[in-house]
Amino acid sequence: MHIPDGFLDGRTAAVSAALSITALGVALNHAKRSMPPQRIPLLGLTASFIFAAQMLNFPVAGGTSGHLIGAVLAAILLGPGGAVIAVTAVLIVQALLFADGGVLALGANVFNMAVTGSVGGYALYRLIGRIAPGPRGRLVAAGFSSWLMTVVMSVLCAGELAWSGTSPWTVTFPAMANVHMLIGLGEGTITMLAVAAVARVRPDLLDDRSGRPAQSYGPLLAYGGIIVLGMVFFVSPFASPWPDGLERVATSLGFEEKALSPPVIQSPIADYRIPGLGSSVAATGLAGAVGALLVFVLSFFLAHLLVRDHRQGSPT
Amino acid sequence: MRHDFIDRYSRLASPIHSIPPSVKLVGALIILLLVVTMPISVPFLHGSLALALLVIAALSRIPPGFLVKRLVYLEPFAIGAALLTLFQTNGLALFAALVLKSTLCLLTMILLANVTPFADILDVLKRWHFPALLVTTLALMYRYLFLLIDQAERMSRARVSRTFVSGRRRSWHLLGTMVGQLGVRSTERAERIYAAMRARGWR
Repeated sequence: MHIPDGFLDGRTAAVSAALSITALGVALNHAKRSMPPQRIPLLGLTASFIFAAQMLNFPVAGGTSGHLIGAVLAAILLGPGGAVIAVTAVLIVQALLFADGGVLALGANVFNMAVTGSVGGYALYRLIGRIAPGPRGRLVAAGFSSWLMTVVMSVLCAGELAWSGTSPWTVTFPAMANVHMLIGLGEGTITMLAVAAVARVRPDLLDDRSGRPAQSYGPLLAYGGIIVLGMVFFVSPFASPWPDGLERVATSLGFEEKALSPPVIQSPIADYRIPGLGSSVAATGLAGAVGALLVFVLSFFLAHLLVRDHRQGSPT
Repeated sequence: MRHDFIDRYSRLASPIHSIPPSVKLVGALIILLLVVTMPISVPFLHGSLALALLVIAALSRIPPGFLVKRLVYLEPFAIGAALLTLFQTNGLALFAALVLKSTLCLLTMILLANVTPFADILDVLKRWHFPALLVTTLALMYRYLFLLIDQAERMSRARVSRTFVSGRRRSWHLLGTMVGQLGVRSTERAERIYAAMRARGWR
């Protein structure tokens, strides 16, 4: 998910950097005005925590292992603005100190993970939490939004690579989205279990009213605008305007058409067509829709298990 | 303590280490920009940059084995991403160019991290008027990173030494619980840090 240096062209790097800097500016400004001072160390410590948590691997199918991204988890613990700052810090340290993720690609990585991942995940988490209140609903919200944001982040990644002319959308989109639909299962499960563990020990940390800066709608609207703008740049040249969840089945039929029309990438790769790849874009869209439903049901199931476990006071 | 691999050699004494950190940071950025934006067909550019990086590496007295190990560790991510380009008419050339470019960028950043203490980089960012809150967050993060990695390792060692049954479902549950616990512990550490900062007269 961390794009290395060398994979993005100047245009993509500049556009994503501009979007990221704007979002980070909004977050820092809002924090400066309304964040209580005791939360300043919390930003740094949560950043270290996300970094440490990313070092714990979990098994993915076929002997490979994935690791947590933690953007949604950070947003659940810190709120959207704090998470933008903390996850950006994680990405900066990873780029400067570990060479994990490029320095010139930092704008894109921050846009995908710190901005879209955290803020989008937070909005989804709150929305589902509002529809399904209570401890069980909270777990469903945490698990499902982590899964969906993992897929969304990977699609953005694919869009940026395609917009740079590095690799064609018809290859990158199915490859990234399908793999991350699997990896997202790990992300969702871990996030869900982690939120359940926090709820057992320090439920006040999940309470939105304890010590957090007052949630005002201004910054949220700004982040929303920035994310939509990013989608318009990176994804919409390839897909029809990005559908949410359930609409996807309908629009996935349009994908194929779009994929067949002349590519937006201005490079001499007009006939890279491999048999079956055009339709794999549509298939991926369809798999995404079915997957989303399935994951939603699964997270209900898991939440049911976890909350029941908790009431019986099971060991662990 | 297995985490000193991060920037183990950043405090060596060598001609490269004694260059002011701002010069090194700007230099690294210029190299990255050249590598990324210049087409691979420009004669000698990438070759001479590679040569320059090797000279810097030799002057910096960092053991070459360490650099190679870091490079081998990081390279799979770049190659994995580059594999996606193979499905095009001129895929192979593009693939080779991407691998070459990203290897040069990786080498640049590995060298920068190991010839410049991170605190010095933060000083430069502060002097360049990066937002204070971001610099503070980065500084705190770097300060406590090692502590939390240690804590995560201790927790997983404790888990391994106490768990006698293994099972897929159980290991997931334990991993998730550990992440949650780590989150709670780092939050509580942040609360103690704030109390300590206040006790020492911070603001």
